[in-house]
Amino acid sequence: MYAYVMRRVVAIIPVMAVVGIFVFLLLHLTPGDPAAIIAGDYASPADIEKIRARLGLDQPIHVQFARWVGQLAHGDLGVSIFSNLPVTKLIGQRLEPTFALCVATIILSIVIAVPLGVFAAWRAGTFVDRATMVFAVLGFSVPIFVIGYILMYVFAIELRWLPAQGYKPLADGFVPFLRSIILPSIALSTLYTALIARISRASVLEVLTEDYIRTAHAKGLSSPIVLMRHALRNAAVPIVTIIGIGIALLIGGVVVTESVFNIPGLGRLTVDAILHRDYPVIQAIILVFSGVYVFINLLADLAYTLFDPRIRY
Amino acid sequence: MKSRLRSAAVALALGAAAGLAFAPGAAQAEKVLRIVPHADLKNLDPIWTTAYITRNHGYMVYDTLFAVDENLNVQPQMVGEWSASEDGLVYTFTLRDGLAWHDGDPVTAADCVASIKRWGKRDGMGQKLIQFTKELAVVDDGTFTLTLNEPYGLVLASLGKISSNTPFMMKKEHAEVDAFEQVPEVVGSGPFKFAKDLWVPGSKVVYLKNEDYVPRAEPASAAAGGKVVKVDRVEWIYIPDPATTMNALVNGEVDLWETPAVDMVPLLQQNEGVELAVIDPLGTQGWLRPNHLHFPFNHPSARRALLYAVNQEDYLRAIVGDPKLYRVCPAYFICGTPNESSVGVEALETVDHDKARALLKEAGYNGEKIILMQPTDIPVLNNASLVTAQVLRDIGMDVEVQAMDWSTLTSRRAEQKAPADGGWNVFHTYSTGADVTSPIANIGISGGGVESAWFGWPTDARTEELRDMYAREADPAKQKAIIDELQGRLFEEVVPYVNYGQWFQPVAWRKELSGVLVSPVPFFWNIEKN
Repeated sequence: MYAYVMRRVVAIIPVMAVVGIFVFLLLHLTPGDPAAIIAGDYASPADIEKIRARLGLDQPIHVQFARWVGQLAHGDLGVSIFSNLPVTKLIGQRLEPTFALCVATIILSIVIAVPLGVFAAWRAGTFVDRATMVFAVLGFSVPIFVIGYILMYVFAIELRWLPAQGYKPLADGFVPFLRSIILPSIALSTLYTALIARISRASVLEVLTEDYIRTAHAKGLSSPIVLMRHALRNAAVPIVTIIGIGIALLIGGVVVTESVFNIPGLGRLTVDAILHRDYPVIQAIILVFSGVYVFINLLADLAYTLFDPRIRY
Repeated sequence: MKSRLRSAAVALALGAAAGLAFAPGAAQAEKVLRIVPHADLKNLDPIWTTAYITRNHGYMVYDTLFAVDENLNVQPQMVGEWSASEDGLVYTFTLRDGLAWHDGDPVTAADCVASIKRWGKRDGMGQKLIQFTKELAVVDDGTFTLTLNEPYGLVLASLGKISSNTPFMMKKEHAEVDAFEQVPEVVGSGPFKFAKDLWVPGSKVVYLKNEDYVPRAEPASAAAGGKVVKVDRVEWIYIPDPATTMNALVNGEVDLWETPAVDMVPLLQQNEGVELAVIDPLGTQGWLRPNHLHFPFNHPSARRALLYAVNQEDYLRAIVGDPKLYRVCPAYFICGTPNESSVGVEALETVDHDKARALLKEAGYNGEKIILMQPTDIPVLNNASLVTAQVLRDIGMDVEVQAMDWSTLTSRRAEQKAPADGGWNVFHTYSTGADVTSPIANIGISGGGVESAWFGWPTDARTEELRDMYAREADPAKQKAIIDELQGRLFEEVVPYVNYGQWFQPVAWRKELSGVLVSPVPFFWNIEKN
């Protein structure tokens, strides 16, 4: 087990290296010039050239790459071309909102979706099952921003219960924090709730026809116990897999949600950096995201052993 | 027992829900003005960049020697007294009392001299002033002189330039930083202090009231007069999504939205809690910029063909829609200013596609491909590009519209290569009216070619001569005569860009606010929040 974990951790290094090279090349081969953006619309071409030289952007691409790798080797993610602030500080400022949004979304999705999926499987073919499937299709089909605007209109503009936008850090108090995170979490969790509910239903439905379920019923166990202890546990591997994939997909989802609800998280930082060609920031964020992806996949793999004793590493 | 537990749980849940729904915000002991600016503040040095958002930041934290009032007259700001010698060659400036940097040091003449020199390395008007300047000398801590080589009519107008790059005064140690590098710290002497620790790039900028600032006694008027701060702090909250911004404003979560999206304006007008007004009387001027280096727009007839092809009304309807928010204005130096001229405007006022086709033929155009760069992420420019594409097709041009984001366009437009090799033929941009009010401020008309003209590189020695003549002239009547001659030449020969209209961006704010100033630049002093 420990050897497996170590092997997976070590395997992160080549993955990150490939991601790093790919991102660096992609960015530097994409049209766009941060010096021109910095200088502003009314700067002369000569001024832009001078700024480019000051930033080292006139150097050959391999020289710029070597400089970046050298910085990374020293644990330095660089400095934003625009704000002149260290990238680590920029990421640090944005970590809490994104983390809070992701955690709230995942908790909300799991708490709603797993029981819903299990219940739909238990009552397969009934109205409850069909309603769950309709919800799942809607959850997949309606874009996050549409749900976001509807929630905002109802709960912020009409009812005035919750703020329309913005994020309050935990340091400002739990209630303001919770108020700021409720609507974005609901909007973002719709897709994942639908996804997890659908997979939960399918997985549980599959195991409900197994012999051991019939045996459990024959022993006189109640349906809820059969469902939770026997069916759900045996159906857990695909559900855990989809939750793992869902967390990874969240990184894409937060970009839209953060924009709609004006949450200053990593998603918005990424979009801003891409639009402004802030190379050090983009490179660092993508490295961080790829690390998170690998780590979540590792956690999902390890979680399998909890649900299925036959899986050993 | 079970039912009691259940009741307690229900009560707890209801209490929590009620708490969430009606929990008051954090105690607001201080008055906070929450602004949604037009862009995110990314750079802090208003000399290093010409970005308007950084200019606006500059006005918060820095101060200027002179400033223009709402009638566009230059008034002293940091300067208490000034005089010019009889021959107009020596200007003496004395700083008013009580000026201090945010770190407590007094503002000195040496700071101002260094600041003017740094600004003079970056700004077009500054470069012109420095070109005419023989010496900038410190007389004592509060006084300095500016000695000219020859009479120059725009000394005060330059030092009071309202828009980018505005000559903000910085501490000497910062003003001596290379003009192509950012200053390391924001230490101004203006009415607000920048709270660097609270700055979250891409999200929030916080300014605290500078309690030590000594405003002028005159009432505030645009950039001039007393900058009296009536709130404790100002927060710039950058919200990229217009629908979210509108909801935040309607809900009272923000107080002022600098640039409401045009399609949101009717909704905001219906809201009783929101006031909507145009505070910039000069508005914005649209530029259709042809590339003067390459065929066909290297030929004057092809550029004049554009004048006959463009109908400003079409563009303004596509960009703004509401006729109350735009104005057909062919003048290069914008309508509503002393430099507005009607000389040569007939070509732009006349829509004549047959004439345009004839002029294209005269230029030797025979169906060659025209590359039009379309920035899809800026709605105004996106719409203008689409109108132009149709207009050019209507006059018989083969147009290839290349969609890209603005960042890509800004790098591509610097390419001087032939369009087929990665260059371009046409793109669109716009300028605030304040930046085009004079031949020196309006960089779009510069005829300096690849050496010094703006992207598109018009080349015309006579244009440059006339600009110089305008700069040397102090008599407004003679300046106006030069303007007329220059504009005639621009329409008849050069056509540096085609002006596709003037429009006015409304600003929206909560009715709890009062004292919003009329000005081409948004200022946040003088605003009271009730």
